[in-house]
Amino acid sequence: MSDHSGRSDNAADPRLDVVNAGLSRRGFLGAGAAAGAGLLLAGCGGGKSAGDTGTSSGKKFTGTYTGPHVALAYWNGFTGGDGPHMRKMVDDFNAKNPKIKVTMNTIQWSDFYQKLPAAVLAGKGPDVAIMHEDQLSTFAARKTIIPLDDVVTELKFQESDFIPAIWKAGIYQGKRFGIPLDVHSLAQYYNKASLQKAGLTTLPDKDPDFSSSLDKLSAAGVGQPFWMPVHWPSHLMFLSLLWQNGGEPYDTANSKATFDSDAGMKALTWMVDQVKKGRSPKNVAADSQYTAFKNGKDAVTWDGIWQINDLKSTTNGLSWDLSFIPQIGDTLASWSNSHNFVLPKAKGDDNKVLAAKAFISYISKQSLEWAKSGMIPARNSVRDSPEFKTLPQAKIAEHVDALHFMPQIPGIGDVGAQTLEVAVQKAVLGQQDPKTALSSAAGQASKLMEANKSKFGG
Amino acid sequence: MSTHGVERPAVRSAAVAAGPDVLDQTDVGRAPVSGRGRTGSRWTAYVFLAPYLLLFTVFVLGPAFYGIWISLHNWDFTLPGKPWVGLANYTDLFSSKSIYGSNFWRGMKATGIFTLFSVPLLLLVPLLVALLMNAKFAGRNFFRALYFAPYVLGVAVIGVLWRYLLDTNIGLVNHYLGVIGASSTIPWLNKLPWAWIALVGATVWWTLGFNAVIYLAGLQDIPKELYEAARVDGANAWQRFRHVTMPGLRPVLLFIVSVTIIGSANMFGQSYLMTQGGPGNQTRTAIYYIAETGLKNFTMGTAAAMSFILTIVLMVVSAVVFFLFREKEAK
Repeated sequence: MSDHSGRSDNAADPRLDVVNAGLSRRGFLGAGAAAGAGLLLAGCGGGKSAGDTGTSSGKKFTGTYTGPHVALAYWNGFTGGDGPHMRKMVDDFNAKNPKIKVTMNTIQWSDFYQKLPAAVLAGKGPDVAIMHEDQLSTFAARKTIIPLDDVVTELKFQESDFIPAIWKAGIYQGKRFGIPLDVHSLAQYYNKASLQKAGLTTLPDKDPDFSSSLDKLSAAGVGQPFWMPVHWPSHLMFLSLLWQNGGEPYDTANSKATFDSDAGMKALTWMVDQVKKGRSPKNVAADSQYTAFKNGKDAVTWDGIWQINDLKSTTNGLSWDLSFIPQIGDTLASWSNSHNFVLPKAKGDDNKVLAAKAFISYISKQSLEWAKSGMIPARNSVRDSPEFKTLPQAKIAEHVDALHFMPQIPGIGDVGAQTLEVAVQKAVLGQQDPKTALSSAAGQASKLMEANKSKFGG
Repeated sequence: MSTHGVERPAVRSAAVAAGPDVLDQTDVGRAPVSGRGRTGSRWTAYVFLAPYLLLFTVFVLGPAFYGIWISLHNWDFTLPGKPWVGLANYTDLFSSKSIYGSNFWRGMKATGIFTLFSVPLLLLVPLLVALLMNAKFAGRNFFRALYFAPYVLGVAVIGVLWRYLLDTNIGLVNHYLGVIGASSTIPWLNKLPWAWIALVGATVWWTLGFNAVIYLAGLQDIPKELYEAARVDGANAWQRFRHVTMPGLRPVLLFIVSVTIIGSANMFGQSYLMTQGGPGNQTRTAIYYIAETGLKNFTMGTAAAMSFILTIVLMVVSAVVFFLFREKEAK
């Protein structure tokens, strides 16, 4: 449940983010944990069937909402610097659609994913919500959210309007559960002043030149240039490198973990080597690599593109830029995720469903405002607009083909948090060699996937 | 109290047997009051207990039995099917093949390690603090408040605070260790045994005030005359401590020992915030894993089974503590 957006169970608690960075980095993708409570004695709900979920409603959406006045509850987890942009879009929508009143409710992602199933089950869920791509199948299997194939047809949305990879990623068991709003990946942030000291203006986009540039930076006396995180986002770096080496984390068809493949070995070995070769200090504490970057101690760091606004607003005089992460393996690839519109299981009010469709249609087309929060719009027309090209993350958007998304396997987020993330952590800490760490974790992951398969019914 | 309980019914039944005259005689002066009080007390007691019993039933007993019911199912409240599995959730935890089992026992081991190291410190350090605070010196109340102060903070506050203080690379503790010439690269939260030292240290700092206050109350309950008598008998400071203070503290010691053990065994927030269960899963305590399993992964049946195993272990430990203290009193 935890690991939408690859956010780790073991990563920093979302509550820390407020302290950590004004524009909460984890608050944005946040999540993971927040279990909060202690002994689990009292369950919630219980015994009742989630029932069937068919299509969204009986009435067809025809382009504008013409029904009676209706109020929509809209839930999301945009607690960071992304929140104000979404709020502005909602206000604009409300102003232009007097018959619909959308009320936005923003909850930490971790709490959001914990509350949503209970709320929907109790009939108190939202009318429309945002969810990460890697969570869709889990909540689809729980019947918390409903298929959107008819919505897409009515709104006349099609694959050619969007980045193909993310359009396809929203499909689970042949049905669409998410309508993508944006994509967000890792990016490489670098300190321009540090680069200058080593006589560099930019970093090479491929290994081995990339690695030798890091060594040049070390030699130029800027300290250890590339701090290898032990916690978040080390598993996202691992996944990116796994894909770069031609691997896949999981075999969807056979419910097996495959991140201990040769590709995985190469990926993790490279990460461990950064520590061994002295480009990174040992045992980097949670979030230190990012704090160190902001303080000019760490010349290069990989982090989510949603950090752009945080770096803009909380670093005084730090001269930085960003690029796509370099190609270390055979191809260019980066882990990515996406915010998707979802419709929670309906309460039976067709007008609300129609209004929700109008809302999705509007926000999807206005996603330029959303791009200002650091995201890459999933919609081609917005991404190709000249206004978007002026935004920093446009550089990342040039490589949309290299973006990889987590496969739709119910419960996979928690599996990754329990196994893959622990293996990466142990290897980077030097407690286990990459092979031992990965193979034992993959064995455990396969067992968990088998258990999840019987639980969620495949 | 007990003598009344034993004697009164005897008196009454004798009186009843002897007839109304005797009853009047026996109960002269207090018969009507005590008679009414007696029959009334049986019901009054229950009436006074009722609000508590109601809350206890609704919020503790009921959920506990519901928890047992959950633990006998493959329970995910978000899924329509919750198949009955009998004791499988329990037997799984004892099977070497089960991933939940191995993780749970690793969590129990982490809980055990933490309890083993934190409890002795939490018994000893607060005692020393209480002894100091019991002495007469200027600013005593200020120091009493000072030592108690951390206890009023929530776990979120102390967790975040220590996470930053103990940061390997940018933390204040390592910085000042460097300033005084010691190692400034200690991975406080990332490697063992440092992670345990950090967790135990932060916990002792955080909760010692509570135990110290209880000790202090105990110390103040020891009659001054006993110390004076011991002094007259020529007892030195250590002998006074050993033969007056320690026996005098025994009643509060039982309370402190059991509360501290249970508190330590329930440790969750500190490792959740400071080490995030790391390195790897080595500081992920039982409660931490139960919360992850039940409230994030919604594998509630298994999580409930784990909870009951932990409960049983704690009950056994508490029973042992009570037994040990009773032995001492008997001697």
